[in-house]
Amino acid sequence: MIDTSNINPLENEAIYIMREVAAQFEKPVLLFSGGKDSITLVRLAQKAFYPAKIPFPLMHIDTGHNFPETIEFRDRLVKELGLELIVRDVQDSIDEGKVKEESGRYASRNQLQTTTLLDAIEEFKFDACIGGARRDEEKARAKERIFSVRDDFGQWDEKNQRPELFDMLNGQIELGQNVRVFPISNWTELDVWSYIQKENIEIPSIYFAHTRATFLRDGLIWSADDAVVYRDEEEEVVDRIVRFRTVGDMSCTAAVLSEAADISSVVQEIRESSISERGARIDDKRSEAAMEKRKQQGYF
Amino acid sequence: MDVLKIATAGSVDDGKSTLIGRLLYDTKSLTTDKLEAIEKKSKQLGYDYLDFSLATDGLVAEREQGITIDVAHIYFSTAAKSYIIADTPGHVEYTRNMVTGASTSQVAIVLIDARKGVIEQTNRHFFINNLLRIKTVIVAINKMDLVDFSEERYNEIKADFEALMSKRDYQDQSITFIPVSALKGDNVVNKSDNTPWYSGETLLEHLETIDQKDVFNAGTPRFPVQYVIRPKTEDYHDFRGYAGKVYGGELSVGDDVVILPSQTKSKIKEIHFYDQKVQTASRRSSVLITLEDDVNISRGDMIVKANDLPIIDKQFTATISWMDSQNLTAGNKYVIQHGVNKVLAKVDTIHHKINPDYSGIEESIAGLGMNDIATVTFKLNKPVFYDAFKDHRTNGSFIIIDTKSNNTVGAGFIQ
Repeated sequence: MIDTSNINPLENEAIYIMREVAAQFEKPVLLFSGGKDSITLVRLAQKAFYPAKIPFPLMHIDTGHNFPETIEFRDRLVKELGLELIVRDVQDSIDEGKVKEESGRYASRNQLQTTTLLDAIEEFKFDACIGGARRDEEKARAKERIFSVRDDFGQWDEKNQRPELFDMLNGQIELGQNVRVFPISNWTELDVWSYIQKENIEIPSIYFAHTRATFLRDGLIWSADDAVVYRDEEEEVVDRIVRFRTVGDMSCTAAVLSEAADISSVVQEIRESSISERGARIDDKRSEAAMEKRKQQGYF
Repeated sequence: MDVLKIATAGSVDDGKSTLIGRLLYDTKSLTTDKLEAIEKKSKQLGYDYLDFSLATDGLVAEREQGITIDVAHIYFSTAAKSYIIADTPGHVEYTRNMVTGASTSQVAIVLIDARKGVIEQTNRHFFINNLLRIKTVIVAINKMDLVDFSEERYNEIKADFEALMSKRDYQDQSITFIPVSALKGDNVVNKSDNTPWYSGETLLEHLETIDQKDVFNAGTPRFPVQYVIRPKTEDYHDFRGYAGKVYGGELSVGDDVVILPSQTKSKIKEIHFYDQKVQTASRRSSVLITLEDDVNISRGDMIVKANDLPIIDKQFTATISWMDSQNLTAGNKYVIQHGVNKVLAKVDTIHHKINPDYSGIEESIAGLGMNDIATVTFKLNKPVFYDAFKDHRTNGSFIIIDTKSNNTVGAGFIQ
């Protein structure tokens, strides 16, 4: 027999949060990008409600610039687990003229996701959106509550957040407001990887070392496989052995040189790494307050 | 791995954010890119040192004003354990955010500026740690470099703080004094050559020795039902499980239990953790319990051991920390969230306001303003099942929710 005191305290906390969402809200949704954090959320949700099914759908805001490996993985996962998946496309928001595609060498659809997300929340009347953001990712994220109230416009009021005391989560909101919920707030990148290893959770292949056609810009390694990543002609394409630490939009997610081809090598690499996870996300480098600004506008 | 949660407390400019930055830097937890960003920004601001607070003050408004407004959570780990530090604001007007940060912490670090010594804010911070019954308090006497690492000054401050300690009501508290310079790195992670007269541990050495298992008041087992799980599938047609987290003690298969408020008796049949069945669920584990009998249980009910019932009552008296700009006055109605249970509450009596600088109490108070602390009796529309906060950290605490704004407007500690 197993004594549960050895079970990860962070896992217990996340399961508790998942159950609070299901109990306190009428229409929750789990925001799923196919990345390691949201895959971890799916496992935690399974654990929270077992032997019943996860009592809310998953939703992917698809920028259209995702790594094909991620989309393939996403579809397989929802099929295997019998989950409901909602997909809303940034391309539709562009076609409807709600957002304008950026151009030039730093063009990215990452920021455009916000509009598509807010529209989807309104369309389905979701009152709670579970996301895989972690406070260790970025300094504005470090300020985020576990239950983070967003107003009618999806906005985060960073200077006037609800106090969050003990582990009592207050999910009371008015019609039109919604709550962003972050069950793995207190996890670090290493915690997530260690958990994936311990639980033997499958993740998309791009997280492991593979040979990829790449080019260098601003000291970062970019995928040259797809036309969505802007490349100058003089930027030379070279095959490199790389992996991705984070799988955001292709246009703003750089690869890292790595030989880590299995989960234990990845955990070892993260343990020894001297670069932060978001060091390879160009969207955070736009300004010192890039994340805070995006969150104020309704980014997850 | 074990996780130790720490809250910092200190007045403005006592160097809380700098201390955290130093801990991160000296434990090599700051990644190269984050360090480069700090170097660049410090240089741009014209500082001749690295301003580590730039790593923790995550909001634009905080960096503009050079102060911490809201709690930031900072993470680092050593080979021994993982740490979560709540970097809480020092300004009096952000006391509520300090209570927020401290409410989930096991250890408090109170910072004192060696030049200023014990000031009114130190009283306030120690009072709050005491109110929250934080067992382990570290008093970091900071900026020792600015008082020439004077042993005499250190002892003076220590004596002043000990005078403060004599006023507290919670005696079961371990307090350690450490002379540090967060800016220069003395006695934070590495032993300092500048304080040969200090033979104690560095801050990190001390943190590493804390046994977090004993930090949270063990209390007796309480199992508030969060969510009822009824799969209604072929395999689990009649399955009815109660999901929740164990607070205090532990629950085992075969335990005789009572379900509140119905006071129905039953026995624990099985304890599930995901697809495994376990014999015992210890405190803070999120499990699923099934019972021998078919009992009607819903969210907010509580499963407890038959020989160890909490107090069941439609009123209680508590010390509350008020956090809203709208005053609390006698007769006002609020929602009280006690664990996962919500009840309607009416403010019956405000007994007195407590001055968190230990200067006594104020009688006949009509209302409470933002950041006030007072003893208040609430009348409830239905019974809650509680323990005194001193006996049970979780089952003796609650939050107050405004019925109009839905905001969390206060925190309470039941007497």
